[in-house]
Amino acid sequence: MLSERYETLAPLSSRRLLVLGGIGLILVGMIFGDVFAIFILHQNASRVGASLAAAAHAALAGDSTTVTNNFQAVGGFLENRGTKVDTHAHVIAFGYLALMLALLAPWAVLSAKTKRRLAWLFLCGAGLLPSCVFLIHYVGLARSPLKSIGWASIFADVGGLFVIIALAGYLYGLGKRLLSGERSAVQDHPLAVSSFAGQLLLAGGVLLMMLGFLHGSYYAAVDLYRHEALDYSILSQISMGAAEKNAAAVESGLAAYSQLQGEKAVNIAAHAHIIEFGLLSILLAFFQPYVDLREIWKRRWAFVLLLGSLVLPVCVLLELKFGLIAGGLADVGGLFVIVALLAMWIGVLRDTGRLDAGDTA
Amino acid sequence: MIGARRLLLAGGIVLALWGMGYGLWYAVFAEHQALEEIGASLSTAFSSAAQREAAQSGVALLRYKESKYIYDRQVDVHSHWIGLAMVLIVLGLSFDKLSFSEKTKLWLAAGFLAGACLFPLGVLFQVYDHGPLPRVLAISGSALEIASLCLIALGFARNQSSISRS
Repeated sequence: MLSERYETLAPLSSRRLLVLGGIGLILVGMIFGDVFAIFILHQNASRVGASLAAAAHAALAGDSTTVTNNFQAVGGFLENRGTKVDTHAHVIAFGYLALMLALLAPWAVLSAKTKRRLAWLFLCGAGLLPSCVFLIHYVGLARSPLKSIGWASIFADVGGLFVIIALAGYLYGLGKRLLSGERSAVQDHPLAVSSFAGQLLLAGGVLLMMLGFLHGSYYAAVDLYRHEALDYSILSQISMGAAEKNAAAVESGLAAYSQLQGEKAVNIAAHAHIIEFGLLSILLAFFQPYVDLREIWKRRWAFVLLLGSLVLPVCVLLELKFGLIAGGLADVGGLFVIVALLAMWIGVLRDTGRLDAGDTA
Repeated sequence: MIGARRLLLAGGIVLALWGMGYGLWYAVFAEHQALEEIGASLSTAFSSAAQREAAQSGVALLRYKESKYIYDRQVDVHSHWIGLAMVLIVLGLSFDKLSFSEKTKLWLAAGFLAGACLFPLGVLFQVYDHGPLPRVLAISGSALEIASLCLIALGFARNQSSISRS
């Protein structure tokens, strides 16, 4: 058993790099997401709302220049927000991809050296792209050789290219196996072993995804079209109110628009987070054999991760009703997931250390 | 590799590539134009309101509504195709833990894959046809997804209970 594990998780092997790098990327992405949500997201949303209100008031006063200026300011705020959201989403998505590559690697017909090089290339790209996307808002077009694309965007694209090349390499290996007609099963330690913690994460992950699917279909059936119709009718009310110098219509429209944006945001965030946490739980279920912690602690961390994965999206949904209390609880849910993930990452690190030392205990 | 697993893994990889390719095409050829149209039409609506031109403002808002409707669906299609592809791959890896016959697993895999393709396709068709047919396609696809996932969950639960019994 040890020799098999040593073979699949050898020092600087592609699987070790991708497992540690993948969980590390998800951790960084989640911590960044929490910091972004607490210190930037709400403040930025307030600025966007304030600029829209200023544009509506300028329209009411008949000042079209101020309207245009305020819409330009909204564009700037949205770019700031967009690059932060992209950073958060890409780091985590690359973490998932790294874990999937780690699982699929045994099926890829490539030499160990090639797999290792591709894993390094993937991790370099997965680090470079989000870092540079984060910098886009601050670097802008400074010293750029191009008219509309800055250096940060160029390096982000280079990072994306690294990821694409690495993925294409692994796909080539997988395609070789699929086309070769090879039917023999790949003996793979994580896929074969099923501990209680692994089973818990697997079942919990499928359940979380199912809840996310059900919530998504409920939102699509009940709220999506209503929200789209409201978006148009409220903006009509504001602009018509401004054209007719009806201040009351503008004010009530602005309040309704802010409420609508909040409703849309919490529903989309809850839907996306619960499914992503479900996916994360299933992926982590496969790597439980590599988590070198006592069985009872593996179960506890699996439970904490599932609990946080449920608390965060549910409390995000409740934010509209209960405000900051629900928001705070959602952050606690996120913290649960981060701590459980960190514990599992340390467990994998301990396992690799033990394997390197040749310890069979 | 068992048939159901092979179907889910190969289908997931192809769907992910398709979704990424679609996203790349959209980002290069359509997204910037769509975002510009959304911003410009909204700004025009408010500027026209400032100049007390209610009719022009209404026309600009209608343009905003239509371009926002299309943009939201294009982005949803891209993200759902890739997201569902990841689910397909992950479920494919754990499919041997399902307590069903190989034939049932194959049907489940085919149902899940079909739903993952059809649901975003129905959403995409809504861009070109505002009638009921694309909605029916999207609803059927998502219903297929949810039903397959419920059965998969049942298969995992049966596997768990058989492990505890043994």
